[in-house]
Amino acid sequence: MAAYTLKINGQTHNLDIDPTTPMLWVLRDHIRLTGTKYGCGIALCGACTVHLDGEATRSCILPISAVGDKDITTIEGLSADAGHPVQQAWLEHDVPQCGYCQAGQIMTAAAFLKDNPNPDDKDIDSALSGNLCRCGTYTRIKAAIKTAAKNM
Amino acid sequence: MTLFKTTVGRRTFMKSSVMAGGGMMLGFSWLASCKSSTEELLKMPDEWFKINGYLKIGNNGVTTIMSPNPEIGQNVKTSMPMIVAEELDIDWKNVIVEQAPLDVSIFKRQIAGGSQAIRQSWEPLRMAGATARQMLKEAAAKAWNVPTSEITTEAGVLHHKTSGKSAGYGEMASEAATIPVPKEVKLKEIKDFKIIGTSRKNVDAKKIVTGQPLFGLDYYKEGMLIAMIVHPPAFGLQLKSYDDIEVKSMPGIKDVFKINVYNDDFEKGGLDTITFNDLVVIVGNTTWEVMNAKKKIKTEWEPIKTSKEKKSMWGNTQEIVTPAGMESSERQSEMMRSFATTSKNTVRKDGDPESTFMKAATILERSYTAPYLAHNTLEPMNFFAHVTDEKAALVGPIQTPEVMEKSVSARLGMPLEKIDIQMTRMGGGFGRRLYGHFLIEAAVISQKLKSPVKLIYTREDDMTCGIYRPAYYAMYRAALDENKKLIAFHVKCGGMQDSPLSANRFPAGSVDNYLAEEFILPSNVSTGAFRAPGSNFIAGAEQSFIDELAESMGKDPIDFRLEMLERAKTNPVGKDNDYDADRYAGVLKMVKEKSEWGKDTPGVHRGIAAYFCHNSYVAQVLDIEMKDKKPVIKKVTAAVDCGIVVNPLAATNLCEGGIIDGIGHSMYSAITIKDGVPEQSNFNSYHLIRMNEAPESIDVHFVENQINPTGLGEPLNPPVVGALANALYKATGKRYYNQPFAEEQKIIG
Repeated sequence: MAAYTLKINGQTHNLDIDPTTPMLWVLRDHIRLTGTKYGCGIALCGACTVHLDGEATRSCILPISAVGDKDITTIEGLSADAGHPVQQAWLEHDVPQCGYCQAGQIMTAAAFLKDNPNPDDKDIDSALSGNLCRCGTYTRIKAAIKTAAKNM
Repeated sequence: MTLFKTTVGRRTFMKSSVMAGGGMMLGFSWLASCKSSTEELLKMPDEWFKINGYLKIGNNGVTTIMSPNPEIGQNVKTSMPMIVAEELDIDWKNVIVEQAPLDVSIFKRQIAGGSQAIRQSWEPLRMAGATARQMLKEAAAKAWNVPTSEITTEAGVLHHKTSGKSAGYGEMASEAATIPVPKEVKLKEIKDFKIIGTSRKNVDAKKIVTGQPLFGLDYYKEGMLIAMIVHPPAFGLQLKSYDDIEVKSMPGIKDVFKINVYNDDFEKGGLDTITFNDLVVIVGNTTWEVMNAKKKIKTEWEPIKTSKEKKSMWGNTQEIVTPAGMESSERQSEMMRSFATTSKNTVRKDGDPESTFMKAATILERSYTAPYLAHNTLEPMNFFAHVTDEKAALVGPIQTPEVMEKSVSARLGMPLEKIDIQMTRMGGGFGRRLYGHFLIEAAVISQKLKSPVKLIYTREDDMTCGIYRPAYYAMYRAALDENKKLIAFHVKCGGMQDSPLSANRFPAGSVDNYLAEEFILPSNVSTGAFRAPGSNFIAGAEQSFIDELAESMGKDPIDFRLEMLERAKTNPVGKDNDYDADRYAGVLKMVKEKSEWGKDTPGVHRGIAAYFCHNSYVAQVLDIEMKDKKPVIKKVTAAVDCGIVVNPLAATNLCEGGIIDGIGHSMYSAITIKDGVPEQSNFNSYHLIRMNEAPESIDVHFVENQINPTGLGEPLNPPVVGALANALYKATGKRYYNQPFAEEQKIIG
């Protein structure tokens, strides 16, 4: 066990915890922020994506010991009241089916659009292909990202 | 208007008492937080009046409508309440949607499966809205002392034209709740629909995009422990012993024990499928701690013996044999091929197919295969349970709550009244959550621990514990005379524990001499329903074969199908043909027009397929372009006849998903077994379709008619497998017979 001070969505949290614990389970079990999802545990589905100092990061393989003093943003902290252009675009295109993967998709898209404000289809494909959607909402996700890009 | 006898069960209305004080009557405050997102925008009423089991109206007119069925991503939580709201005649913006509790005395068929939710609840949902509207009208008539027949409604407001009086539903709700249930009720004419047929956004969308807790895995209760299972690493093995000494002293670990999921004397039903009955359970404070313990536990396994058990399969009791042994996919494929040549189990025969084949000028014969598939719902299996002597509180993602209620009641030795199952939103289902063994496991664990507990499967547990889409084989033969006319058709198909055959579907009815045979092989690799069971394989096989057949006859593949359907319509062969040839032809004609079939675009290779299942008709054209010698799916055009489309926006989304699902699995996915061990256990070895592999665009068109709505969750994925195979042929010059296609020809893109 070790003591950590984390900054999550602008709030400070103090934890005494096993240093190997992945951020995913810190968020879900200890902080009770369950918007970040478990899908595979090996960084291959993207459902657990959070922002670490603004970078899209797979929280399921990120041990708490590696976070340091970086800012963590989860889907719950992306905006107040779904106001982020990516969330707005998701609502406009009515993207979700089951919805389970969508927090991860949105977090990946939000970080990607910050670095690449005018993406083409190929850019979107390469940025988002690490995020699985079992329901198959890919065409809608792509359309929503293009809408979000216009509004950012 | 037509008068309809009210079909909503009496008990529905016995519960319709006045509920004052805004009591929501929900057992779980956590679940109350799962109400639809529109709610925050509305001013909550001071008082609620429960009109019937489906709805309650607030004194300010805000109305809560219960969505009876489990939400799995098919969007029933929006579309089912839309149907109630239509007949109630209320403004959709004043509606709050709540997930209904499991209550079979009120709701009909609370199951997500078979694409049946809208079809089977169409009438009860309309009736629930219409009876409530009638009761509101009677209340107003009473208050204004005028005949009920003179009262009209519009968007939640009652009017009396002659006197000029009007009142919102909220003002009359208190009185309406005391009005006796009308014996007959008027339903709206379809042409008067204002909500059904319009696009309404997902009521949970805002909660989804902001990460609010909605799913079973998100459920939390104070004092809740985390449990995980350890199951045999291979089919054909069972638990012999385990050593928990090291594990029990690991941080956060509370207990380690063995459970049996079902008792030996329990007569299982069709949804009590299970792979491993004896499991080791590890319980701890947090998920990570339990995951770590799972890696350390020492277990010994032993081979199973061949066993037989009686299973009640929808009314028929069958004896199911589970053979001992360590199976392999390769060996299973050989068995299916050899069985197909020796077995004879005729399901349908028209004319004299045997002798017609003998005298044929040419015979086209092809065989098709598909592997096991894992459902891979992105939210793995999980369930919450808190079992005390008084009550078994069970919360989580389940497609069949009303079925599992009985199984868990028997297993816990508790009467049904003490079982309380609450449905959370599901992170996908695809048939996997029809089989609720995980719900029973959670309940048994909690009963033993005497503590609230959440059972969680890791991805690896989820992918390696079976209940797969069966591995399938199909052989098709067609006999042509010297004029290349089709004179006989033969299909023989089967699979590991299941046959994909629907013998009375097309092309039955369109060929004079027709033979359909099937076989089922036993296995200890458990299988179950997977989105569009059977159809998810046989549609692709059949539609590929028909494509090749049309080609060998020198005919356009759409024209050939239309000719066959014309025969089935005007002079059908045999009886019990279970499709409407006109509607079938209708989607083919529509897709032909919408895709501009026949217009050659250089570099674009097109495949066509059509299929009927789950009461709906679908035809698709799939376009491929080759890029760096790899196929790129540019576009899929779909024509769909599912009767009235309740919510076009959601319906289109669901169709797109079905198409991507069908393409993904037939192109890329497989579970293969070697010496009993599944060779895929996570997304590093199991290839699920990703964004860069999905079609660049999907164009969905619905046939407009006034036929009562039918299924949409499943009908889209079966035909696209055929459309894909046929387009791949055009693009590469090779026919594709064995799924996954990308592996068959080494064309992984």
